[in-house]
Amino acid sequence: MDSERLFALVGNPNIGKTTLFNALTGLRQKVANYPGVTVEKKEGTARDRHGNQFKVLDLPGAYSLEAKSPDEEVTRAVLHGERADTPQPDVVVCLVDASNLERHFYLATQVMELGLPTIVVLNKTDEAKKLGVTVTAKKLEERLGVPVVPMQANERVGMEALQVALSSKELAKPQWRPVEGNVAARYEAIDQLLSGAVARSEQERLTPTDKWDQVLVHPVWGWVVLLSILAGLFYAIFSLSGYPMGWIDAGFAWLGKCVEVRMQEGDFRSLITEGIIGGVGGVVIFLPQILMLFFFISLMENTGYLARVSFMMDRLMSGVGLNGKAFIPVLSSYACAIPGIMATRTMESPRDRLITILVAPITSCSARLPVYLMLIALMLPLGTATQKAFVMWGLYILSILGVYFFAWIFNRMLKKTETTLTILELPTYQRPSWREIGLQILDRGKVFVRRAGTVILGLSILLWALTTYPKSDSEDGRDQLAHSAAGRLGKAIEPVIEPLGYDWKMGVGLVASFAAREVFVSTMSIIYLGEDKTGDEEEEGKGTIRKRMAAEKRADGQPAYSLRTCLSLLVFYVFAMQCLSTVAVTRRETNSWRWAIFQVVYLTGFAYLAAFATYQISGFFIA
Amino acid sequence: MKHIAQLDVGESAILGEMKLPSEASARLEEMGFLPGAAIRLVRRAPLGCPIEFEVAGTRLAIRGVDAANIFVG
Repeated sequence: MDSERLFALVGNPNIGKTTLFNALTGLRQKVANYPGVTVEKKEGTARDRHGNQFKVLDLPGAYSLEAKSPDEEVTRAVLHGERADTPQPDVVVCLVDASNLERHFYLATQVMELGLPTIVVLNKTDEAKKLGVTVTAKKLEERLGVPVVPMQANERVGMEALQVALSSKELAKPQWRPVEGNVAARYEAIDQLLSGAVARSEQERLTPTDKWDQVLVHPVWGWVVLLSILAGLFYAIFSLSGYPMGWIDAGFAWLGKCVEVRMQEGDFRSLITEGIIGGVGGVVIFLPQILMLFFFISLMENTGYLARVSFMMDRLMSGVGLNGKAFIPVLSSYACAIPGIMATRTMESPRDRLITILVAPITSCSARLPVYLMLIALMLPLGTATQKAFVMWGLYILSILGVYFFAWIFNRMLKKTETTLTILELPTYQRPSWREIGLQILDRGKVFVRRAGTVILGLSILLWALTTYPKSDSEDGRDQLAHSAAGRLGKAIEPVIEPLGYDWKMGVGLVASFAAREVFVSTMSIIYLGEDKTGDEEEEGKGTIRKRMAAEKRADGQPAYSLRTCLSLLVFYVFAMQCLSTVAVTRRETNSWRWAIFQVVYLTGFAYLAAFATYQISGFFIA
Repeated sequence: MKHIAQLDVGESAILGEMKLPSEASARLEEMGFLPGAAIRLVRRAPLGCPIEFEVAGTRLAIRGVDAANIFVG
């Protein structure tokens, strides 16, 4: 196995490295993080024309080997053989853009100076042709002494020639004299290399990208298109994904029933049905939404539209110290914070990325909806649909303000370590590659299930134990829950949550929904009805439980779910960090428990203060 | 002195001096923002900022405040 050669793909961001990587390796690839940093490591295997297996490493995109971002630092270190976790590549495959060779050879010449055997891939030759640029690959080959392969990686044109080059036993080192001096000296040397090899027709022409941009970033049409795309995205997430989510829900319910019938009643059965199947089901149910979001994000990224969204939104995000690239991650979080946080990978600046991750869970994700709906119904028993919608709208506004407020705070708090300015590269538009989008969605789905799934499984078992032990003799679920550790915890925190207007039963709901907020609804059902009726007898169950909750009285005879208490609960749910999947994903994406724990503490702490203020201040206006 | 944010849409100029932190200007230089290179203002974002430029065949956008520190030669 050790005799397998390692080929590293190197190039600027957006050059099509990943496309070529996918074309070479197909599904024989794995994605992990480089140890110690949050840079993605993509590795795969492929076979050459003689049937020999070789390894392919897709190095992070870089503009230069004088590293200025964590991505570039990894690329630089791997190429120099300085990383213990990755051997120095045997062969470097340098991708350059045929339509813009000057700039792409900036990195390529630096790489060639390492003296490793090299293959140059002249990618995007079709686009170059449209721009009137013709490159004589043979001339470059003669001057550099290494294979120069013209390609259109997205259409798999030139794969054959690349395979021939990859299969060669004796790959040459480039004939390139290291450049001494500054940036300008390197550009001069590149000019010499390219002179006579690149021809440009002088005629000015409107490129397809220009034509698209005239509409897509137009002061009026640009917004119309963007808003329509976002409307479609949210329709897909909230409406279309309901079908697969229903199937998954039904599937896990069926699985639980199967186990129930075949096993003896007891703690072990309850652990499997409620702890494990329930816990895993609670994670998997979000997959359709997450995959759909990733489909949209990949599509926008793949075509080049994502960069235009950043271009249009930068102004609105810069006020609080974020840049336009934070827009899509934050917006995605309104469906679910998990893909939102994972989508921050498109942001180069570690600081901007951290701020975006920290504020992402404040967005009102779809898991909050059932809780909002329940509490709004309790709060306004006689309210009209318009009044209820108005409250819902207010909650969304509150969360938007929260995102901006905390982004602003963190922007002041976190030290500015980088002096790099915001540069948005606007790549040429491309037809989407469905294959690549498919691979990306698959990859993201796997990451979510594996990373979030393991943490959640463990914690849902813990939560199951908290609500199950210690046992009471009563058959009634209400008594059991009150007797359990979770019930005791609810009672124990009663003095703490009393100033927010909550009693111990709501405390149990808060404790139980720490792992996932939508659990609040089913926990309330157990507390007030003695069993979970949110499943089968859903409609009937909802009505009964609302009546019970509305009839619930405090010791002083006042209704427990008063207007003030409901408002306070709603505000708490807007801000509180009650989603273990998000904690797990933040841990992975920031590569530290420190930030994950900080996020839980600051959000839950602020939720407490905000709910406290809401309850106390509203006391002056509402009896 | 005229800076590149003052160019009209579609107007070209020759790049002069950059007054930016060294790391920032190094990145721009690597991307082709060198004194003497031709630069063209392609368009402004719908909200006025950032501004898209074309230098050496590359399209990229930078913010108005940064562009105001890049002068024409």
